[in-house]
This record gives sequence, structure tokens and C-alpha cells, in this order.
Amino acid sequence: MNYSYRALASTLVACALASVGGTDSAFAHGLAGKRFFPATLATDDPFVADELSLPTYSSRKTAASGDEPVTRETEWSAEFTKRITPNLGLGFEATYLRLSPEGGDVQKGFDNFAVGLKYQFYKNDEHETILSAGVDWDIGGSGAKRVGAESFSTFTPTFFFGKGFGDLPESTQFLRPFALTGVVGLAIPSRASTTTVTVEDDETIESVERNPNVLTWGFALQYSIPYLQSFVKDVGIPAPFNRMIPVVEFSLQTPLNRDGGATTGTVNPGVIWAGRYIQLGIEAVIPINAHTGGKTGVIAQLHFFLDDIFPRSIGRPLFEH
Amino acid sequence: MKRSACVIALLAWLLASMQSAHAHAFLDHAAPAVGSTIHGSPAEVRLWFTQELEPAFSTIRVLDQSGKQVDKADKAVDRDDKTLLRVSLPQLPPGTYQVVWRVLSVDTHVTEGDFRFEVAP
Repeated sequence: MNYSYRALASTLVACALASVGGTDSAFAHGLAGKRFFPATLATDDPFVADELSLPTYSSRKTAASGDEPVTRETEWSAEFTKRITPNLGLGFEATYLRLSPEGGDVQKGFDNFAVGLKYQFYKNDEHETILSAGVDWDIGGSGAKRVGAESFSTFTPTFFFGKGFGDLPESTQFLRPFALTGVVGLAIPSRASTTTVTVEDDETIESVERNPNVLTWGFALQYSIPYLQSFVKDVGIPAPFNRMIPVVEFSLQTPLNRDGGATTGTVNPGVIWAGRYIQLGIEAVIPINAHTGGKTGVIAQLHFFLDDIFPRSIGRPLFEH
Repeated sequence: MKRSACVIALLAWLLASMQSAHAHAFLDHAAPAVGSTIHGSPAEVRLWFTQELEPAFSTIRVLDQSGKQVDKADKAVDRDDKTLLRVSLPQLPPGTYQVVWRVLSVDTHVTEGDFRFEVAP
């Protein structure tokens, strides 16, 4: 990590720590007033909570690109988030990758490990609004090169938002169960380019890959059946369907420089089922354009609400006001 | 293989731990039902939650269209069913009423909400 990135990361961490204690304590579990925000699968959620996603499974066939053949990418990941204070959380993520190229050898191994810090700086119960800011550190060189783990780190300062529409007027009450969450981040690699040297027939070949800054952005539009039945109108949807939240997520990446190419990403329609202690989610993963390429895949997640499972131990913040 | 065994063991431990755990209390259903229209005044409003409640810190109020509290202010958690919160009502004239609740589950998680019902002649 060079000095400027270290300084940026230090500044963000210091800002987050300095602002601890400036707001009222927040509930865990993504609550703002009447609104329960579920943990979304493809885009990070806007709240800070004690939670565990184990596992998140995804599988998709990518398109052929240059010398690389069509490849089936399968991921198993785990993410654990712990509240340090009621509004400040620290997250850890590990992803195990299996790459199966057509006509090639299967490669397996861990992608780079990631650490994230998130601070929820605003919550408005009446307007069901949550705002957070954070930074992710994708730790360069911590994963396996054979599955493409980068040798450099990437820092992603990110802004998160969540807005429920429970404050819409009475005449549009059936729109109140809608909510929108989203993220906007800037992924900054610690190295502008990566040089690879290979030797073929006593000849040294040097190839340079440029690493662009990337705008990572996305949102999730969701319609909460629990909200509909608890606060608008009990339309008689029985269990287990009364705990379902249909959702459409958009997960996008836009390179900003160094010939990074066009915007790529996926649109993920699916459903989340939120129980007392766990949440289950499944979504289709559909490439948004030809640049993204590949086939429709799937992502599924089992998520644990640690604040509800262990309310008196690991489900509480380490430091409370 | 060893890794799979660890994951399975962790999941089993988490699932086993849930047996004695508690959670946020969300509204399961209500009488009168959320957003319903009923004929004649109900004798009380009853709310069933997904968790047992702390009686001292769980409240329910019924308001008329002008925001005036119209219930008998005798809210109570049911003795036999600690997920049930109830409050008595006087004879209500036709109109729209709002039920406002705020409850504390037995593990100290607070949740709140409100809904409307209509009394028709």
C-alpha cells in the first residue's frame, strides 16, 4: 500500500471513529421506525448489525474474453459483521472460488480476504431512512493467484442509503411497503497497473494490465409483505409467504479511467424470506449487457440475525453508550 | 472435507442455540385486522406478536380521526399468552381509528408500529 492510500484509509477510519457517540443508539437488524430492511444479497445493506451470512452461494457462466474461454464461476462466501458501538461495525469476508473453464483445468482457492468498516450516521424513524458510510479493504495478495486474486489491495469508500416509503400519503397506501436501498462506492486500486513477466523460448515477454478506478454502485427495490400485512392491510397471506420480501437488485461497476471499458453488472430478481432468527434469499443473476456477457446465474444466501440469536452475548455491541 | 465438517458443526451449533433465543417482536396479526372495516364497535383491540412481551414497557393506544385517545387505557399483556397485547374500547361511533403500539420483547428489543381500521354502521 503506498502512502496516499494508507493516508486515505486512515483518514476515513479516523473520521468514523471520531463521530462515534454523536447519535442515538440504533437498533440492530436494519430497523428504522416501522421498517425492517432485510440484508440484500448482491448489494450491501445500509445498516450496521451483528450478522452472519453463511454461506452465500453463487454460480454463473462467464463469456469468453480474449484468450479466456467460457468459464463456470462458483463462489462460496462467508461474511461476519460485528458492532463495535451501536452505530459502528466491522466486517470480515472470505470467498472460496471454483473456476471451471471449458476445456481447461478446474482452479480452486480463496479470493482475497476483505475487511470493512461501516458507520451509520443518520436514522430517521418517521421517514424510514438510514444513511451510512464506510470503507472496504480488499487485502491484496491474501488470496490464491490461480483463481485470479489480485496482488494489490483495493480500497472502496462507500456511501449506503435505505429509504422506506411508509410516509407516502394514504391514497397510495399500497405503495408504502416499497423500500429502496443502495450503495455508491469508488474502488481505488493501490497499484495503477500490474506488470506480468513471462519467458517463452528464452524470450522475455512483459505484459502490463492497467487497474482502473471503478465506480461500484447498485440498488435494491423491495416490496415487504410483512409491512403490508402489519401496517397497511392484512390481505390474508398465510405463513410462510407472509414473511416474504420480493426484491430486484442491480449491481453495477463503471470503470472511470485507464481504459477500463464500459459499465458491467447484473440485475437480480428474487425473493427474501425473513424469519425470527434467520433469513433466506435466492435471486437470478442476469447480465445487464453484452459487455457483462455470460449466462444467467443464481445467488442464494443463508443469513443469521446474531442480535436476535445471541441478544446477551455476541449479538450486542462491544461498547454501548 | 474437514472444512465442510466445520461449517456443518457451526451451523448445527447456531441452530441449536436458537432454541433458547429470543428475537424482535413483530406484529403477527390483530383483531380488528390491519386495514379492515368492521360493522359495529369492537369491545377491544388485540395484537398478537411474534415474541413474548415485557408488560411494563409495552403500550397500545387507539386514536380517533382527531388524534384523541379513545381506548379505556387499560392495556395489558394477556396472562396466559404473553404474545397478546390488548386494550378495551368504549362504544365507538362509525369512523376511522388508528392503533399505535410500541412493545419491548423479553430480550429488550423495542419495535413499534401503527395501523388503521374502520368502524362502519
